[in-house]
Amino acid sequence: MIHTFSGWGHHVVLDVESGAVHLADELSLALLPHIRLPMAPDCPPAVARAAGADPAEADEAWRELYTLYKQGLLFAPAAELTPPTGRLKALCLHVSHDCDLRCGYCFAHAGDYGGARVTMDFDTARTAVDLLVRLSGARRNLEIDFFGGEPLLALDTVRRTVEYARAHEAEWGGKHFRFTLTTNGLGLDDETIDFLNREMDNVVLSLDGRPGVHDALRRTAAGEGSYEKVLPGIRALVERRDRDYYVRGTFTARNPDFADDALYLASLGFKHLSMEPVVLPEGHPLALREEHLPAVFAAYDRLAGALRGESGVSFFHFRVDLTQGPCVYKRLRGCGAGFEYAAVTPEGDLYPCHQFVGREAYRMGSVREGRLDPAVAARFAALTVSNKPSCRDCWAKYFCSGGCAAAALNMTGALDGRYALGCEMQKKRLECAILTAVDRMAGEAPAEARP
Amino acid sequence: MKHIRTISGATLKQSASGGGCGECQTSCQSACKTSCTVANQRCEQKKKD
Ligand code: SF4
Ligand code: SF4
Repeated sequence: MIHTFSGWGHHVVLDVESGAVHLADELSLALLPHIRLPMAPDCPPAVARAAGADPAEADEAWRELYTLYKQGLLFAPAAELTPPTGRLKALCLHVSHDCDLRCGYCFAHAGDYGGARVTMDFDTARTAVDLLVRLSGARRNLEIDFFGGEPLLALDTVRRTVEYARAHEAEWGGKHFRFTLTTNGLGLDDETIDFLNREMDNVVLSLDGRPGVHDALRRTAAGEGSYEKVLPGIRALVERRDRDYYVRGTFTARNPDFADDALYLASLGFKHLSMEPVVLPEGHPLALREEHLPAVFAAYDRLAGALRGESGVSFFHFRVDLTQGPCVYKRLRGCGAGFEYAAVTPEGDLYPCHQFVGREAYRMGSVREGRLDPAVAARFAALTVSNKPSCRDCWAKYFCSGGCAAAALNMTGALDGRYALGCEMQKKRLECAILTAVDRMAGEAPAEARP
Repeated sequence: MKHIRTISGATLKQSASGGGCGECQTSCQSACKTSCTVANQRCEQKKKD
């Protein structure tokens, strides 16, 4: 299977199964749709005519395509690979089901996930860490994300959990923890910033972009906009940080022109940005609908264009590494929710991921039971791109890895359903990402020299 | 070649030989928490090079 698209004067040809990426000229692009497999070594005269090309020129181009075909770089067959069974390696600790903001689009129902406003005590967090260490087996790199609600409302638990895990890394056979924290920025005083910059491998900071866009939905409990309240802390943290961070916004039906929000954040000096489509059920006034797609596509194009070259700003979804990316097994399996990754509520209940929290049917037990419900885990482990009919024939499958199970469930009622709108946005931003990478690489070393 | 230029080779195919060590980062932990793009992650083995 191949996928072709054009932009910035490039005609990109992605060979889906091998992962190869080529740049075609007009003629070879015109020939590609005429190729039938197994490919003939010479250009059929009818094809040259149909492509409106000089027969000798067409034959020359065809032979080049044939060479790639023979090398397994064009129309490579699908390999039947089964990813190895995953082991738990990442936990999302909902240290607080309370939040000091009331955002209009929050999937956590203003932080409480439809339950009580509570925080996680250290004992529960410690039990969760122990569970992670035990279920991870020989895996060395473990991840813990402090999430909420607003995790800074349970800062004491965060601090003690980090301390506990770090103190035992060696004793647990050389485990290495990576901590991340996602915050709305309200609680960022100097001391907290120092702590986060010292201990967190990544900090995700929520800021929606232009002040009006941010304030319309990210409001305090008193109903005021929060932009002016969160910006100083977020700025101070980033200024003093020498490790990963993301300033992350959400876009909704109100701002499908979110490129302006991303570029606004870039103008404030933030270098690592992410803008995510809102996750809301159909019918919600803020939910993205089919009619928004042209504006959303235009926004991705505009953003990619603005960040082209040495902008110094990286947009999360445009960062695709065509040569050093993850192996095919990871790409087949996706996010790992429910078997490699799980979320823990303040009470210690386990769910496949943060977006399943509160859905009783998906509860996977409690950290105190010392295991992940195997029946739920098996359902999630089976969600590979090769098992999902709609993904199997999709060109984006090894980049997207089958999409978000939570979104599929929310939008289609089935874990393996196809959330068409999400797929369209995913494919668009992948084209932008591949184009960005290709554009950079095209100016570098001669192509044939690359592996 | 004159008409088509390879920018990146059979990276995916080659990556299958490693068998999938699983040491890499979980995709949803990195920034978005709402989607599952894996292609922008890095391979832990290659990071070491
Ligand atoms: S874009 Fe949609 S169909 Fe394609 S792999 Fe992703 S989830 Fe599957
Ligand atoms: S199901 Fe969706 S939200 Fe949950 S971990 Fe996977 S990609 Fe992320």
